[in-house]
Amino acid sequence: MVFDETDRKLLRLIQTSLPIVPEPYREVGEVLGLSETEVIARLRLLIENGVIRRLGGVFDSRKLGYSGALCAMEVTAERIDEVAKVVNSFAGVTHNYLREDPINMWFTLLAPSEEKLAETLKGIRERTGIQEIMTFPAENIYKIRVNFDLD
Amino acid sequence: MELSEQDRQIVRVLQEGLPLVSRPFQALAQVLGMSEETLIMDVKRLVDQGLIRRFGATVRHQDLGYVANAMVVWDVPDSQVHEAGRIMAAFEEVTHCYQRPRHPRWPFNLYTMVHGQTREECLQVAERISRAAGLEKYRLLFSTAELKKSSMRYFE
Repeated sequence: MVFDETDRKLLRLIQTSLPIVPEPYREVGEVLGLSETEVIARLRLLIENGVIRRLGGVFDSRKLGYSGALCAMEVTAERIDEVAKVVNSFAGVTHNYLREDPINMWFTLLAPSEEKLAETLKGIRERTGIQEIMTFPAENIYKIRVNFDLD
Repeated sequence: MELSEQDRQIVRVLQEGLPLVSRPFQALAQVLGMSEETLIMDVKRLVDQGLIRRFGATVRHQDLGYVANAMVVWDVPDSQVHEAGRIMAAFEEVTHCYQRPRHPRWPFNLYTMVHGQTREECLQVAERISRAAGLEKYRLLFSTAELKKSSMRYFE
């Protein structure tokens, strides 16, 4: 998707904050010199084209009472698709990346409790036959930046 | 912090995304059977309490030209982790920085996500961080495929 300078300005603004007011799109429009209708139309296009994944709240999993961990496992090249299908089928797996390392499959797992987290890992072990899944829960968070510069 | 059933309901509805209508909170409030005013107050409170980290758009960075991404893992002496974490977090190119436990097969305890337009850019950033933090034991794990990327669905 090709977007223009106005789209960039719009994205820059609403990545960091969308006003929590009765008419948020009208307020955003006022800042950018656009009508509410135009803001909504541009956002609709950005969502349809997948540039915006979601509009709304980004939650703090821990504060919602969820437990999480970065997990890693070694998967042989010929099994990657099959194992990824199993891993991804669990709702608590939100991200999964192949990375250049012998330990090549890295995924993030969230669950409503530590017990549920362990249960999911057990399920993944059983269904993939891969016993060693390393788990790395966050012990300290120094930065989470979610907005990207658009310049 | 114990969440009320009302708050859980708000999270359930909000994670569906804010509707693209003139009065989106009013639309959601109707679903929840509450007033627009109360919902707006509750959402603001959830932001204040930090349960909502940010209220806005989640953008797919790959579409914005940030095609290279590397997880840089660092083996940092335990006594230096906090200081190193702070130094690394200050880099613009670093989007995430976490301390995580080591593992017998994996000696690294500090993780930074680095995004760049090219691989070379990521390598250079890691080198600059290495010099700034005085740390030489690190490895870049470039991603070769995104197998899944989704938003978590809470309380379902």
